[in-house]
Amino acid sequence: MISILVNESSLKIEQTTRLSQLQTQHKPDADLLIVNGFPAKPDYQLCQGDQVVMIKRGEIPSAEQLEALMMARHTPGVHALISKSCVGIAGAGGLGSNIAIALARVGIGKLIIADFDLVEPSNLNRQQYFIDQIGQPKVAALKENLQRINPYVEIETFMGRIDPQNLRQIFAGVDVMVEAFDAPDQKAMLTAAHLQQAAECPLVAASGMAGYESSNSITTQKNRNNFYLIGDQQNAAQPGQGLMAPRVSIAAGHQANAVLRLLLGEEPA
Amino acid sequence: MNFQLNGQSHQTVAGTTIGSLLAELQLQPERVVLELNQVILNANEYREQQLKEGDKLEIIQFVGGG
Repeated sequence: MISILVNESSLKIEQTTRLSQLQTQHKPDADLLIVNGFPAKPDYQLCQGDQVVMIKRGEIPSAEQLEALMMARHTPGVHALISKSCVGIAGAGGLGSNIAIALARVGIGKLIIADFDLVEPSNLNRQQYFIDQIGQPKVAALKENLQRINPYVEIETFMGRIDPQNLRQIFAGVDVMVEAFDAPDQKAMLTAAHLQQAAECPLVAASGMAGYESSNSITTQKNRNNFYLIGDQQNAAQPGQGLMAPRVSIAAGHQANAVLRLLLGEEPA
Repeated sequence: MNFQLNGQSHQTVAGTTIGSLLAELQLQPERVVLELNQVILNANEYREQQLKEGDKLEIIQFVGGG
């Protein structure tokens, strides 16, 4: 007997098994057979440790299958923690749309996303929307895009303005909160309200990611207990220094990784 | 009058308000979050508050973009 991986699950088979036999037994409708990253012929004789992927084009994996794939990629303990976590994202622009996609890809359990805005042509330089989504509410367009990536993430949306009065209600039950606004007065409003009302819940905010300065000037800093600030703290969006996809997505990547680390019990900074 | 600003000793005239301090530092009140003696404040709502000797004030400043 030899051990192989079939669609990320381990399997013991007879030493002389050929790929076509494996296909008949495990995935008769597959039309793509990949062994160790490369397309393989049906008469290929399987070897110890081979990683076999059998795909039917266009087929969407079930929740259980996708779960197994995520577990294999992220280790079961990590996946178990991520998949039962809930993260709140205030703002679905350049930061929020990128953060939401990163968290959906790692298989977060639930996202609560709030924004009042519609997708505009000028957003497409950095925000994760498509040209045919112009005019849609950002929260609706983002939910649609996230569901195309991972339909098993629970997504709750709120279309409207966030203020100190509705903050707790919109983001009830989140394990980590993310500030992903564009306007500095909104960033300050949300941060003050969150630190006043939900000091026990970590907040990951961002300040300073415009232009095309060095990537390395964007950092994750612990500002105080349960409050992490990401960015270069300096480069504001202003005439002559616009927001551009690379640095905005770097800051968003810092924020998403800070969320991940907090969920896994690690210090983000 | 002496108070602590972001962990550093800072001197100012008696009667200085949060609003006048922020103006001196060229900061816009609606873009900052304050922690005054371990209490988080929305700077915009506390512009008129006078600082006292020995106060501990932390300023978190935000710039635009996201």
